[in-house]
Amino acid sequence: MNWRTKGPAEQILPWFIPFLVLAGWQYLSWTGAIPERILPAPTQIVEAAIELTASGELYDHMSISLGRALAGFLIGGILGFLLGLFNGVFRFADLFFDTSIQMLRNIPHLALIPLVILWFGIGETSKIFLVALGVLFPVYINTYHGIKSVDKNLIEMGKAYGLKGKELFFHVILPGAMSSILVGIRFSLGVMWLTLIVAETISAQTGIGYMAMNAREFMQMDVIVLSIVIYALFGKLSDVIARCFEGKLLKWNN
Amino acid sequence: MNTEDYEEIHVSIHDIEKSFDEREVLKGLNLQISQGEFVAVVGKSGCGKSTLLRIIAGLEDFNQGSVELNRNPLSGLNKKARMMFQDGRLLPWKRVIDNVCLGLGMASRQKAIQTLEQVGLKERIHDYPSKLSGGQKQRVALARALVHDPSLLLLDEPLGALDALTRLEMQDLIESLWKNRNFTAILVTHDVEEAVAISDRVVLMDNGKISLNQPIHLSRPRQRTDPVFSMYTEEILAHITNRKSKNNYSMVLNQDPESLLNTINN
Repeated sequence: MNWRTKGPAEQILPWFIPFLVLAGWQYLSWTGAIPERILPAPTQIVEAAIELTASGELYDHMSISLGRALAGFLIGGILGFLLGLFNGVFRFADLFFDTSIQMLRNIPHLALIPLVILWFGIGETSKIFLVALGVLFPVYINTYHGIKSVDKNLIEMGKAYGLKGKELFFHVILPGAMSSILVGIRFSLGVMWLTLIVAETISAQTGIGYMAMNAREFMQMDVIVLSIVIYALFGKLSDVIARCFEGKLLKWNN
Repeated sequence: MNTEDYEEIHVSIHDIEKSFDEREVLKGLNLQISQGEFVAVVGKSGCGKSTLLRIIAGLEDFNQGSVELNRNPLSGLNKKARMMFQDGRLLPWKRVIDNVCLGLGMASRQKAIQTLEQVGLKERIHDYPSKLSGGQKQRVALARALVHDPSLLLLDEPLGALDALTRLEMQDLIESLWKNRNFTAILVTHDVEEAVAISDRVVLMDNGKISLNQPIHLSRPRQRTDPVFSMYTEEILAHITNRKSKNNYSMVLNQDPESLLNTINN
């Protein structure tokens, strides 16, 4: 985690292969080895991005997709976290809920798409519902497991030193479960984008996924590839943010 | 730290029985510990010495018998006692100072810093435990126990995992803090030499009972090179291994301190 102290070579080296691929791709497009109908050149994709940004279209689609992702993530994440917390801490909640949640977890949430469309139509609700559902389980499992696997000796020590209830939870149990909870969050971010892409591609009238599907009808290869690139950037961005949180919350661990 | 800050404490254990499932660990054990005494409990591993300590701490319940602190039966956690564990049990996500302040308000921060100074770790107070050596971690654990001003300090093999040199250093530190602060201490250890070096009385546990109660009449600071020191260790080791000691020292060692001194000098 010592990225602050990396030398210039260490900062440049990881980007060498992506740069090489990009340069090769551009060169092959120029020479015509990659036909435009199969894959447009990087420069064409940049042009498409500039054009769509200027018209404001790209911004609209992006903000709608981001909003859906965030809303679904918050709903599913908070629910999963709270359920994991209660089932991890309270024996009664554990017995009452855990088996049912484990059964639901085994249904692939994307299999529910036809049902969800019939329930909620193709509006915002169906997409947010699917993202929330996809995010809920990884966060739940990791929170639950994290709390269950906090070192019993540390809990005993905390009790012997006079901690109980809220204090015991915030000083010993929650920090002890934190690294597992963050693993759940990072994993669920991946699920969040995947679910959103599928949901937007199948049924939507706005968003990045819709932009790609719409471009397909008009054979706009550059816009299709642009959408894919934007998804990749979003995914990378959320991972960087999650890592940043991890570095802050787990700085005792390095 | 003044002596009068500490409440007097007398620990009295009567006919304690404890079994885990079918296995009887303590079988009617009796032990009296007086105010300010440093008692070392030794015995083979699995003899129940840690269980005894955990019962005194109130961390473990028992099937029969009673534990009394100043004639009051102990129920639940022993609030007068603080325990130091073999594995330290520092919270890895808290800095040294916050580990020591655990369970205490911000008001005791100053006191925590003083206590850390006493164990020689003042300049490490903002480090995380992962940056400390094994000995330093146990110093933090010691400070964390002492900052509560316990009248009874329970030490569950706290030096077991340390290297020989660090262990000697820690023994001296614990002894000097005990002398200055006048608390009562019970040390569970498997190291007989350590027990003889630090305690007023060595108690040997065997088969769920106390099988030997050996006061150590050596003046402090103790010299390990002292011949009487090795007489004590040999005598206790002979009891642990159930071997007849080649030289039977028990007659000599159990005299009253003055005639013991005379014997040694002659």
